[in-house]
Amino acid sequence: MKTVKRILLVVVILAIGIYCGKLIFGRGSDIPAPIPTYFNQSAQTDDSTGIGAGTVTGKTIEVKKGGSIQEAVGDAKPGDLIRIFPGVYHETVYIDKDNISLQGVIENGEWPILDGEKKMNDAILYSGNGVLIENIKITNYKGNGIMGQAGNNYVIRNNWIVDTGVYGIFPQFGKNGLVERNILTGIEDAAIYIGMCDNVDVRFNEVYGNVAGIEIENSRHALVEYNYAHDNTGGILAFLTPGLPIKTCFVVIIRNNYVYNNNLANFGAVGSTVSHIPKGTGMLIMAADDITIENNIVTGNDNAGITITDYGYAGVDHASDPESEPNSDRITLLDNFMSNNGNDPVADVKAIMLTKLSKLGPDIIAVGGGVGSCIINPGRYRTFGVDAYASCAATDTRAVKTYLLDKPVTPRVTALAEKGKMTYYGVCSGCHAFNTRLVGPPVNTIQAVYKNNPQGIIDFIVNPTHKRDDYPEMPPQNYLSEETLKAVAEYMLSITK
Amino acid sequence: MNRAVILLTLICTVVLIARTWNAASKESELTLCAACPPGFELTDDNICKLRTVYQQYESVEGNDPGVGGLKTPLPPVRDGFTPQQIDLGRYLFFDPVLSKDGTVSCASCHQPAKGFSDGLKTSVGIHNSKLKRAAPSLWNVAFYKKFFWDARATTLEEQMTGPLYSPDEMGTTREQLVTTLNDIDRYQELFQQAFPASESDQIELNEIYTALTAFESSLISLNSRYDQYAHGYAGALNKQEIEGLNIFRSFVARCAECHTPPLFTNQQVAVIGLAEPAGSVFDPGAQETFNEPTLRGAFKVPSLRNIDRTAPYTHSGRFSSLREMIGFYTAGRGHEVAKNEKLHIHWHIWEPNLTNYEMDRLVDFVKTLTDEGFMPLSPEKLPSGIAIDPITISQTLSSIQQ
Repeated sequence: MKTVKRILLVVVILAIGIYCGKLIFGRGSDIPAPIPTYFNQSAQTDDSTGIGAGTVTGKTIEVKKGGSIQEAVGDAKPGDLIRIFPGVYHETVYIDKDNISLQGVIENGEWPILDGEKKMNDAILYSGNGVLIENIKITNYKGNGIMGQAGNNYVIRNNWIVDTGVYGIFPQFGKNGLVERNILTGIEDAAIYIGMCDNVDVRFNEVYGNVAGIEIENSRHALVEYNYAHDNTGGILAFLTPGLPIKTCFVVIIRNNYVYNNNLANFGAVGSTVSHIPKGTGMLIMAADDITIENNIVTGNDNAGITITDYGYAGVDHASDPESEPNSDRITLLDNFMSNNGNDPVADVKAIMLTKLSKLGPDIIAVGGGVGSCIINPGRYRTFGVDAYASCAATDTRAVKTYLLDKPVTPRVTALAEKGKMTYYGVCSGCHAFNTRLVGPPVNTIQAVYKNNPQGIIDFIVNPTHKRDDYPEMPPQNYLSEETLKAVAEYMLSITK
Repeated sequence: MNRAVILLTLICTVVLIARTWNAASKESELTLCAACPPGFELTDDNICKLRTVYQQYESVEGNDPGVGGLKTPLPPVRDGFTPQQIDLGRYLFFDPVLSKDGTVSCASCHQPAKGFSDGLKTSVGIHNSKLKRAAPSLWNVAFYKKFFWDARATTLEEQMTGPLYSPDEMGTTREQLVTTLNDIDRYQELFQQAFPASESDQIELNEIYTALTAFESSLISLNSRYDQYAHGYAGALNKQEIEGLNIFRSFVARCAECHTPPLFTNQQVAVIGLAEPAGSVFDPGAQETFNEPTLRGAFKVPSLRNIDRTAPYTHSGRFSSLREMIGFYTAGRGHEVAKNEKLHIHWHIWEPNLTNYEMDRLVDFVKTLTDEGFMPLSPEKLPSGIAIDPITISQTLSSIQQ
């Protein structure tokens, strides 16, 4: 906490100076009235265009009470829809395939429920692209409700997640995703945690009773709007965490959210980043850059409405990372409705209040380093530490409708010949060289046998027989897809060295 | 399957030896292998380019490569060497002539049969000097951005100057290294073949570095049963191994957060709070590299590829089995940290309370990361004339086939 003390000292000295300055020079107080235009935008009907998830091109598989969702995933092919009917399912569902849709069917108010009975780790893990997960109640897991690992083009919506351990919804390393209309509670870290992602919209969710409501961490281009974050320890967070392979967190718009009464006692796990968040934190920006906060209602958060900081103030004791820049830079604070924040701040904030001769904690507090930040109409709020902020040139973020991409992230289009080449070198070349004997016969020998007959090669490598006494029998390569088998057989017949 | 380089290099070696014998005393007919190692395509301009199935997942607009998930691309690879440079690097790698007194080769501590590690808690250098840390595996170093446990080197060329010139490891000097190799006619000849465009008629230091880098970069292991599963063949892993995979990537165990596929390392440094073996002083690790107190006790996250071959584990060889290593992570955050140490332990080190069953499944899973199909063969005979140390000889084809 040395850093905290140092920062505090600097803040105290600055504050005293500024206070004295203000006493002498005064300050303009042309405070405009708030513009109450919140929550007047209705939901869009074409939510997931541009993502591609949920586009069903295959068959529909139904999972009824007593059935297994994982079995259905095992049977499913890309493009299939799995419909899960009401019932309680005790499973960890993993999706290592592309374009799979999991859709709960809610009948007469009865939900399909994934229940980990506090014995299972995660409810749903996905690594495939184009995954859709909707209408499922998930509860009693130890790890995550829904965790994505590098799946792009995901849609996670209308799920009801109660006490699923560390995170509720956690897409990690995904590009182009939508998280909307979920309700999450009872999560010991972040209810919605966007980790190391790009191009994400997080909207119309309700998060309450969690340590952190919504957390955007080491992600780029995220739009967080129309969410209701209440009764958490911290409502909405944007972080850059050091020591991760992605070293930046930037361009996040947090707008039109209702961030209310986030005064829950912190129940985060020891050592976790969020365990350091003081209760009563409405929004927290830590070491993230190019963040715009606009048109939110931020009220009743007892520590501070909006906190902008580096690691030190937050008391986070992570090892530092020479490649992660620790300051919050270029924070744009546009008009927000803020009231009744700072009723019961933590000691560090109280110390600052003393220097400001204020009896109440701040709507907005900025501590630590950072450059290029601005604020519109600061006189509307109780602020600590933003006096050096410029006046913003921007007035609104209307031009940004979404950070989703126009089209789904497409996997690289691998020409068949190229696929054949990659498989030949990645798999076959361990045993076959062009004109020398390795474990198996040389490729030019194989070419002589199977000239113009790729199907002959396919038939053999899927189900090899012991043909040559002076060579070991080849292990079957039946795990390769039909397309890959064809590509590699054709490639093998084409090579010349 | 996939014993490529073994046979390929065997052939090259046999040809080489045969030629040597045929030419009787005429040593100038040594020929370096003109074919690329397995996994590499020979281009028209005599360059070996890596081709892997993971390359089909590269996307122009996708995420940063190499950061997690089953079908994600690898980080940029260090390739583009000629077959001759790679083969020359193989001779140098196994040749103790590179050390001060001709007793220690790179392969002494990076033994092929032990996952290019040495099976010791901490390595032993020249004159039986006991070294501070364990020898890391060399598989897939072509993808790494940082080298050494404390991440103090950023290229293989920079890395190798550590052991080469450390008085406790190979103990040579730049001058001695260059002079020694230039005094060996066979090496003169081989360097000529590997660096035909060189204007100097002497072996240059950077050519030695390039050749060793070329060889080390050819050690590719990306075709394990896990990889077959990742590429879409669900049957590649059995039920218990898939259970292990799901525990591995779950947010309870959190293994995959740092041992991130497809390399099974996120290439960061992390403080996990290990105590040193009894009697050893605390190793500050990356604190010294970055002159950063909060990195005290931080070490590079090692890849888990071929981890079954590289026991004992950690920078100080603390754990002799995978099961013990995994047990460390569930024994409590900071349970080994001395009272007088203030460490900034990584946030993913927590108390996952894994069951014995779960830990056994994790062992099952990480053992599916074994793939030595592209194992190179150690040379039968070294250009220096020094006898090859038997412990550095790679597994023979017949032993792998068992």
